Amino acid sequence: MGFSEADLNAIWLTLRLASTTTILLLLIGTPIAWWLARTPSKWKGPIAALVALPLVLPPVVLGFYLLIAMGPNGPIGQLTQSLGLGTLPFTFWGLVVASVIYSMPFVVQPIQNAIEAIGQRPLEVAATLRAGPWDRFFSIVVPLAKPGFITGSILGFAHTVGEFGVVLMIGGNIPGETQVVSMQLYDHVEALQYGQAHWLAAALMVFSFLVLLALYTLNPSAAKRTLSS
Amino acid sequence: MSGHNLIRFLFKAQYPNFRLDLNLELPGTGITGIFGLSGSGKTTLLRCIAGLQKPETGELSVEGEIWQDKNTFLPVHKRPVGYVFQEASLFPHLTARGNLEFAMKRADHNGKGVAFDQAIALLGIESLLTQYPQQLSGGERQRVAIARALLINPRLLLMDEPLAALDQPRKQEILPYLDKLRTELDIPVLYVSHSADEVARLANHLVIMDQGKALASGSLQDVLARLDLPLQLGEDAGVVLEAKVIERDTQWHLALVEFPGGQLWVRDGGDQTGQQVRVRILARDVSVALEAHRDTSIQNLLSGMIVAIAEDRDPAASLIKIAVGDSKLIARITRRSEQKLGISVGQTVWVQVKSVALVR
Repeated sequence: MGFSEADLNAIWLTLRLASTTTILLLLIGTPIAWWLARTPSKWKGPIAALVALPLVLPPVVLGFYLLIAMGPNGPIGQLTQSLGLGTLPFTFWGLVVASVIYSMPFVVQPIQNAIEAIGQRPLEVAATLRAGPWDRFFSIVVPLAKPGFITGSILGFAHTVGEFGVVLMIGGNIPGETQVVSMQLYDHVEALQYGQAHWLAAALMVFSFLVLLALYTLNPSAAKRTLSS
Repeated sequence: MSGHNLIRFLFKAQYPNFRLDLNLELPGTGITGIFGLSGSGKTTLLRCIAGLQKPETGELSVEGEIWQDKNTFLPVHKRPVGYVFQEASLFPHLTARGNLEFAMKRADHNGKGVAFDQAIALLGIESLLTQYPQQLSGGERQRVAIARALLINPRLLLMDEPLAALDQPRKQEILPYLDKLRTELDIPVLYVSHSADEVARLANHLVIMDQGKALASGSLQDVLARLDLPLQLGEDAGVVLEAKVIERDTQWHLALVEFPGGQLWVRDGGDQTGQQVRVRILARDVSVALEAHRDTSIQNLLSGMIVAIAEDRDPAASLIKIAVGDSKLIARITRRSEQKLGISVGQTVWVQVKSVALVR
């Protein structure tokens, strides 16, 4: 039987969403991880808790607040409207924003752990070898924290692929725009199309297994640290 | 010490365990030993000079160039210093060669210039280049780290107890390379150590630190010959003399060295006749007598005049400074002997030296 055209669309959309989210998270999450790993600030605790919130919060709760915030009367909604972007709910970019928040801890925490593990010394050494701040970041932090970046990317990507509750709240179910694999699967089940549902469910299952297999074989110690935290 | 060729600094800062309060001028050539017990602020001083730490009040100029004052604070990566840390600090993701290239790519091309081949040869690390730090021994890692610090073309080399993390054989492995550094390169070195042996061997100038302050700063010979400092040196109290080998006795494996004021027999260290050497005589190995005893196992008997007497930290001991020609020796004797012999300043005595160490 295989995948229907709608299934393939959903898979493609999901991959696009997960890739976009992962790239954005590497750009946004790295400075946050750096700050959390290095700051002596009293704000470290509250910010760390905020970043970690999606780990424990039911996704529908997060989705609900994001729906309100991004809606026509919410602060984000008003900002996007004043920039002439319209409102974000029920659009692909609305899903991206939500996914970035939802998958944040899965990217930030491994990178933060890796940066903390480097310690201060290699950076001091690099500074005495005339490396400026950016030079130190790219020539020392990135290579030494590489396992953390790899783990964060894989987990962020996989976690975004699997999201459901947030999409349900703010994405709706628009084919080609917000209808991701998990929504499509839900639709199949609702319509009692169990054969179709099996294909998608099995695909997600195999995907998840392969992701974790990659993580544990490429990077066993980092995987253990992250997944047990 | 010309006015231009100097390292001058004034640092004041409060730290949890001590207050750093230093105002010093150090020579811009040779090795300056910075000696003190752990916790005396030696490492903090080096970190302030490198810019790794910013003291509340700080002024620093090197060879007339201001690195720090009220309005200036040159960041670490803009200071032409080489820094050798106490523990291995090689980048683990780079081979030994990669670590050296990291420095060469960023080297100051206006510096004094140490070529790659020269640094490799100086530290004997040719065969280690393809290895990663974790494949190297502690001593090998430290040699690569020293070469790396040289390849940045530093105008000032800062070494923070580079041997302290190594065992005795590894120390002996590296010391000859540090000797070569001293003789072959024209880079001023600040060498932090709590080992009197290392300082006595390497330094030209010596700063003694205690609780964030400098108790003394001067030439190694002068500082070590002061009687008010042995408190800090304890069992290591003693003098260092520059000498020259004038005769070798192959039968008894001894060498006769001449210093300004006399001659001493020392264990033959393999140095050729005419070679400049440095000998160290610990106060505990020197005793005094009113008459010359020839019936003793002690080989070295010198005539000198007592120039100062001071109390040792040990309530049973006195420290006696004796001028032997143009040189000074320090003897540690018991206070009872001091009184029994009626020792006083100006008196001429025989000095018996039980042991002399050839430190280089």
